[in-house]
Amino acid sequence: MSVRSKVIEAIQQIAREQHVTLPALSDDLSLHETGFDSLAFAILVARLEDETGVDPFTISEDAAFPATVGDFVRAYENVPA
Amino acid sequence: MSPREIFALRDHLGAELKGRTISDAHDVVSLTDILSHTVLGGRLRELSGRAVLLKLSDQLRSGLAMIELDGIARRMLLCPPDLNPAHLGSLIADAGIDAVVTDEPDRWGGTGVPLVVTAHLPLQATVPVTSERATEWLMLTSGTSGVPKIAGHTLEALTGAIVAEGPARGPAPVWATFYDIRRYGGLQIFLRAILSGGSMVLSDPHEALGDHIARLNARGVSHISGTPSHWRKLLMSGAAAQFAPAYVRLSGEIADQAVLDGLKAAFPNASVGHAYASTEAGVGFAVNDGLEGFPADYLGNRNGVEMKVVDGSLRIRSARTAHAYVGRDATALTDADGFVDSGDIVELRGDRYYFVGRRGGIINIGGLKVHPEEIEAVINRHPDVRMSRAKSRRSPITGGIVVADVILADGTDAARAKEIRDQILDQCRAQLASHKVPAVIRFVEALDVTPAGKLARTDA
Repeated sequence: MSVRSKVIEAIQQIAREQHVTLPALSDDLSLHETGFDSLAFAILVARLEDETGVDPFTISEDAAFPATVGDFVRAYENVPA
Repeated sequence: MSPREIFALRDHLGAELKGRTISDAHDVVSLTDILSHTVLGGRLRELSGRAVLLKLSDQLRSGLAMIELDGIARRMLLCPPDLNPAHLGSLIADAGIDAVVTDEPDRWGGTGVPLVVTAHLPLQATVPVTSERATEWLMLTSGTSGVPKIAGHTLEALTGAIVAEGPARGPAPVWATFYDIRRYGGLQIFLRAILSGGSMVLSDPHEALGDHIARLNARGVSHISGTPSHWRKLLMSGAAAQFAPAYVRLSGEIADQAVLDGLKAAFPNASVGHAYASTEAGVGFAVNDGLEGFPADYLGNRNGVEMKVVDGSLRIRSARTAHAYVGRDATALTDADGFVDSGDIVELRGDRYYFVGRRGGIINIGGLKVHPEEIEAVINRHPDVRMSRAKSRRSPITGGIVVADVILADGTDAARAKEIRDQILDQCRAQLASHKVPAVIRFVEALDVTPAGKLARTDA
């Protein structure tokens, strides 16, 4: 499974658990518009860390938290192996 | 005024000693002639009036030494097996120790403790002695890291609940405990065996659980106690099927409904109850209605135990509490009114109080305080869950999130893991505030339990 599909699937799973109705997940959708609160993002980052072994937001001290879904996915795609 | 009558352990062992034993995995010692035998090589007189460190590698000799020393030594400090040797020097200084009872005399050569007495089996015949004084019992708190605190007790305080209950009805019980008898919970069972008749079967940390249960069965154990973690391990092991105690008690940790129900199902003919006790607060109360928590009307004065809740924490005043912390930097054990602050946080729901966790065990989730025990109690209600541990994990988003490690019941189909995870999360979302719902649930094979029988919470 590609990194992108893993991320998207995790977002959808958490949305179901949290009873969040997601809009269509396009790359330029702002994370704010997903309807996720900070707790939902914290869950997402923790689960993706377990699944992929990386937490791109803790690795680099100056990493800014992404603004859009596309940025978020790229943060995982761009982690050096 | 006549001096108060001294009543030491030996004085509880007067009558009807025939057929009673105390045993471990290796030895069986008869109590029949115990008062005319010695585990101390006949050197008890030398220990008269001394502050004695009881540092033995097994519980059997420890228990026999307690019977001899009580009423003769000025004080005795009980060392549990997991005591960090690095703390010994400090404890010896704090308790003013001037003698040690050990099975490793060579280790004490250059330590400056002036008197070293070796305890050994088999017992030797000796002349019975008369109790001389009320010995102070010093016990170590089972707290987390650092040097444990020394809590001072009297035999009268330690046995207050046992005397109040009176002797066990029916045939003489055979007592056992998963605890070590050098800890408060285990000592209570040892003292019950001495005071209220019957025999005692000691645990052994090197024995596999299945072998331990087989030994408890072979010796006819009827009355047994342990922490909820001890009992969950037994329920998970499958060994419970061969065992049919009449009296099952839990203490030392929160007994949640799941473990109480699990024990009731495993031992349908047993009386299953939980007790509240700690090294400092002594025995507070017992709950025998099969439900977690305790009735709200236990607060106030009940059978000489006074309880109140201050800032959410249970406070207890009674003649069964420790009387002081002992040592150079000892702090006050009670508040100005004589109440021990247990640090156990309770919550009133309806007409019952429920334990939600330890004040010192709070984890911080995005600035909100969370008791891991409260989350575990909800997870444990799932029928396929045997045991769980909630903890915090750092998060770049909120600072911290809750994660949970879960042990599934024996024989749970691995293919159902995802379904069970979703059910647990649904259950948590229905019963807990959203920040307390685990973000991640991991299924594990085992969870660490400390030597004191409590779920290890090193990260809390």
